[in-house]
Amino acid sequence: MARQVIDVAALDKTYHTEAGPVPVLHQVNFQMDEGEFVAIMGPSGSGKSTFMNILGCLDRPTGGRYTLDGKNTADLDRDALAQLRNQVLGFVFQGFNLLPRATLLENVGLPLVYAGLSAAERNQRALEQLDNVGLARFASSLPSQISGGQQQRVAIARALVNQPRLILADEPTGNLDSKTSDEVMALFCRLNDAGISVVIVTHEPDVARHTKRRVLFRDGEMVEDTLVTDRSWPC
Amino acid sequence: MLRPMLGEAWKAISANRLRTFLTMLGMVIGVGAVVLMLAIGQGAQAAIKTQIDSMGSHLFIVLAGSQNSGGVRFGGGNATTLTVDDANAIRQLPGITASAPVIPGSQQVIYEANNWNSQIAGTHPDYFVARDWQAAQGALFDESDLQSGRRVAVIGRTVAQNLFGENDPVGKTVRIRQSPFTIIGVLVSKGQSLDGRDQDDSVFVPYTTFQRTLASSRFRGAVRIMLVQAESDAVMPEAEHAITELLRDRHRIAAGAEDDFFVNNLTALANSAAEMAKTMALLLGAIASVSLLVGGIGIMNIMLVSVTERTREIGIRMAIGARQRDILLQFMLEALTLSLTGGLIGVVLGMGGAKLIQVLWHAPVIFTVSAVVVAFAVSAVTGVFFFFFFAWKASRLDPIEALRYQ
Repeated sequence: MARQVIDVAALDKTYHTEAGPVPVLHQVNFQMDEGEFVAIMGPSGSGKSTFMNILGCLDRPTGGRYTLDGKNTADLDRDALAQLRNQVLGFVFQGFNLLPRATLLENVGLPLVYAGLSAAERNQRALEQLDNVGLARFASSLPSQISGGQQQRVAIARALVNQPRLILADEPTGNLDSKTSDEVMALFCRLNDAGISVVIVTHEPDVARHTKRRVLFRDGEMVEDTLVTDRSWPC
Repeated sequence: MLRPMLGEAWKAISANRLRTFLTMLGMVIGVGAVVLMLAIGQGAQAAIKTQIDSMGSHLFIVLAGSQNSGGVRFGGGNATTLTVDDANAIRQLPGITASAPVIPGSQQVIYEANNWNSQIAGTHPDYFVARDWQAAQGALFDESDLQSGRRVAVIGRTVAQNLFGENDPVGKTVRIRQSPFTIIGVLVSKGQSLDGRDQDDSVFVPYTTFQRTLASSRFRGAVRIMLVQAESDAVMPEAEHAITELLRDRHRIAAGAEDDFFVNNLTALANSAAEMAKTMALLLGAIASVSLLVGGIGIMNIMLVSVTERTREIGIRMAIGARQRDILLQFMLEALTLSLTGGLIGVVLGMGGAKLIQVLWHAPVIFTVSAVVVAFAVSAVTGVFFFFFFAWKASRLDPIEALRYQ
């Protein structure tokens, strides 16, 4: 039986605003095994992004339990969470979130700085990952000099550079046209085929059709969890 | 770990030139102003101290009183009541180490084709003791020169230069008021006095000779001032009292009548001049501190802006695994690099400015290591502290909050 990567039990997230508490997630249960490829769907405001941020250890739940790679995240301090983000997770944002003043090579190698690798090793591994997403020739360009699709591929290379067990992508194709979307999704499929677990937040059914399992959020609750039967193939 | 971070810091600094320039400007102005003002203040203080020291220590100046002729009062020092005998009597008082009458005059001094108008004073050898003034060349006149009324003269550096140029004046004969005088010594240079007079533009002769050869009348040969030196500062109040009593007695001044002389304590004057110089240095220091403070606030503002502007960057870095200390280290290095560079430029500009003032206005400036270090340290600490503080606040956000920051 495959190893469990994510185990979420009775997860709550409530924002406390001046107007009173605003519940965003309510009693969410979710398990995911190694090698799965999951799409999280739902209308905007359904809590799917918040859920993703909690999975990515960028935000903390207000209730329930989240176990990542066998570790209960509630027991971990800030530095330990940073280490999880650095070594177990790769996070891909809708807005790419590349450092605008660093070259693509430096952007991709940045997680390795915090992993304590030498410059030579960083550059070598970053170049490998850039090559993997087909952008090695832009290694010394700045993010502003390449297209959005290319930037997202750089962001994916950055997420992959420290060989994570799990890739989390929050609307990775949200800012891309359909053609570049397909390219990016093809990249995720390839990663999943290589054994990396992938979770994608999306509201596009076309994008979700590339995945193997679909989870639907509505009003902060997980209302549906189904296997994808009409998977686009080859993805 | 440190090397790549240092590279990152340098990149961040060079990436935004305007911001870097503004940050450094605060440092440069703060540090530069402190270095400049302290150099000027301390230079002025040192210059005044040199002048005070050139006067001699524990000195009294006894001035002749004012003359009162038919209701018209002349200024102090015009009366002819002081005599060389007064000076000789004062010398016998306990606690007095030197007492010299000074008969002032101004004469043309002629040597071959050169001539020079100088202050000529008839005085006692004690004058040189009181003023702690030595001969640079030759010797000073002594008691026997005084007794025999020899025509010898001791000249200051300025007179020597104007009459003899590069030649050695000792042994040469000059003419003053038709009479030949042998130069027996040249005095060590004393420079300007507190009132800006050139102390080296003087000729000294024994007062006996002065009275016999140079004074044209009894009035012109009168003792105008006496220089009296006490043993120490401690005995000065007592000595002042004794001098006053002695002179009142010698001048037969009735009890209750006014003195016909003034006794001035030069040490007190010197102290007040030193006090003034200190006040000026303090004032300059205060102005410099204000610039440092304003510079510091400027640094603080720009640090706040640059950290706030980069909250999103902090979020990205945390999202991919930077720990709090990684973020802090990065910003610390940036702040240090900025502060050290800015401070260094400030020191260089401050010193350069002070040098310029020295060259342009001949104002004395003195650089002290402590002033440079203090100015440098204050701005560096301000810069690093505030940068660090804001970065620390930003690094305590949850990554998602930092990422949402626009």
